[in-house]
Amino acid sequence: MLYVAVALRSFRRYSTYTAATLAGIFTNSVFGVIISFTYIAVWKENPTAGGYDVTDAVTFCWLAQAMIMTVAVWGGGTTDDVADRIRTGDIVIDLYRPVSFLGWYLAGDLGRSAYHLLTRGLAPTVVGALLFDLRFPDSPATYLLFLVSVALGVVVSFGIRMLVACTAFWLLDQTGVLSLAMVCAVFFSGLAVPLVLFPGWTRDLVLALPWAALVQTPIDLWLGHSTGVEAVAGLGLQATWAAVLLLGCGLVLRVADRRLVVQGG
Amino acid sequence: MAEPLAARLAWNTRAFLMLAGMWVRVSWTYRASFLLMTLASVVITGIDFVAIMVMFTNVDSLGGFGLRDIAFLYGATAVCLGLADLVVGNVERLGRRIRLGSFDAMMVRPVGVLVQVCADEFAIRRLGRVAQGSLVLAWAITRVDVDWDPARVLVTVGMLVCGTLIFTGIFVLGASFQFLTTEGSEVANAFTYGGNAMTQYPLTIYPREVVRALTFLVPVAFVNWYPTLFVLDIPDPFGLPAALQLASPVAAVVVCALAALAWRTGVRRYRSTGS
Repeated sequence: MLYVAVALRSFRRYSTYTAATLAGIFTNSVFGVIISFTYIAVWKENPTAGGYDVTDAVTFCWLAQAMIMTVAVWGGGTTDDVADRIRTGDIVIDLYRPVSFLGWYLAGDLGRSAYHLLTRGLAPTVVGALLFDLRFPDSPATYLLFLVSVALGVVVSFGIRMLVACTAFWLLDQTGVLSLAMVCAVFFSGLAVPLVLFPGWTRDLVLALPWAALVQTPIDLWLGHSTGVEAVAGLGLQATWAAVLLLGCGLVLRVADRRLVVQGG
Repeated sequence: MAEPLAARLAWNTRAFLMLAGMWVRVSWTYRASFLLMTLASVVITGIDFVAIMVMFTNVDSLGGFGLRDIAFLYGATAVCLGLADLVVGNVERLGRRIRLGSFDAMMVRPVGVLVQVCADEFAIRRLGRVAQGSLVLAWAITRVDVDWDPARVLVTVGMLVCGTLIFTGIFVLGASFQFLTTEGSEVANAFTYGGNAMTQYPLTIYPREVVRALTFLVPVAFVNWYPTLFVLDIPDPFGLPAALQLASPVAAVVVCALAALAWRTGVRRYRSTGS
């Protein structure tokens, strides 16, 4: 099928840059170590902070490092191509293609994330497991739920990044909006600090925002903090945000399509 | 080398300001993006501190230090890294310049290559980190329990100067390796931004070996940790000599000397990529 082919090509495209991948794994691991010691200090003072124990917290830290590239918390991925192509005008070719514009780029981004999961995701997790005591799920079903949740996280992340890229239709350059979007993603995903540590009602709020789908929701499934009904609710919320964001992208693209002028020549 | 050092320094400084000024005007062209990015720079570098504040809603101290002491450490390292990043941060693009051949063009111009590499694509939005760090540091200074005598004021000012020089040295040292590898700056990031991340917290949260490494190997502990122990009048938790608390200038000189040596060696051995 076409979209599978697109995803496979995208996977191979990203696998070209081995040196960059290795350097990235090194950096993720260094930060994993630093943040682990921070979390250990926090949970030494308060052993049940946020309902986690110290093992949960350290596992959270390493899984979060593993998610950075996989769900593209810092931005990047095929949506950067879209923003570039809007600026150069190449975007009209994409809009003329007899396939779904969103489907094409989503497939590409899923291929990218599969590559990053197997490299930038797996490697730091192994490093973390060698250096610290991490918690691993006991049942294969949990791994499966985790993977589904990560995939949904990628779609949510893609939806947000695509909306950001589409601002280039009006601003010509996405970098400003992108950096603000990154701020939200880093802070509200759980990458900066686990969302369970947020005090009072702010905790419920940040857990309901779309960014929680990027890091916090998958990791809570891995740690076994959401099981049964809670797990279904978590996945459901992710799926809802994914659908809402993709619909939003479709709407924005329709509006942008109308004001797009193709220069002749 | 006929002209005196002072004259060369003045000329290179002027050249840097001229080139940097030009890039400031360039970034002003995409106005909406520029303003958003500066704002984002303030906010994104502030995330770390908000994260610390979130942690402190769950605990009263980390590694034996309260929020205001950590704010002092955090603000100091943020200002130092921010200033170093503003001035020499672009040096990490050296590998790309070598690959593209634009470094060769710089060699024939009558301005120091280091000045050109740093000033090219100068990003004034990086002031965001300095601004954010200054705010946190200013807040901490009004809150910490310190009897501000001249010695402590001097050490605090010296801390910012020496810390900036230490990070500057590490940036240049890390980039000098790109003369050999002509690529990948992400490993150097682990030392600059990683060093910054580590020194945001009291070093008491790390094992003894890590603290030794941060003192003698990659001396980022001298950026803020040792001067802060002096200013806050805290005996060294690891039992290291108190003299270290005033040794930041020594560390700064050593790091910068090594960086200068590495950079000069790199430039001397440079043979272009031949493309």
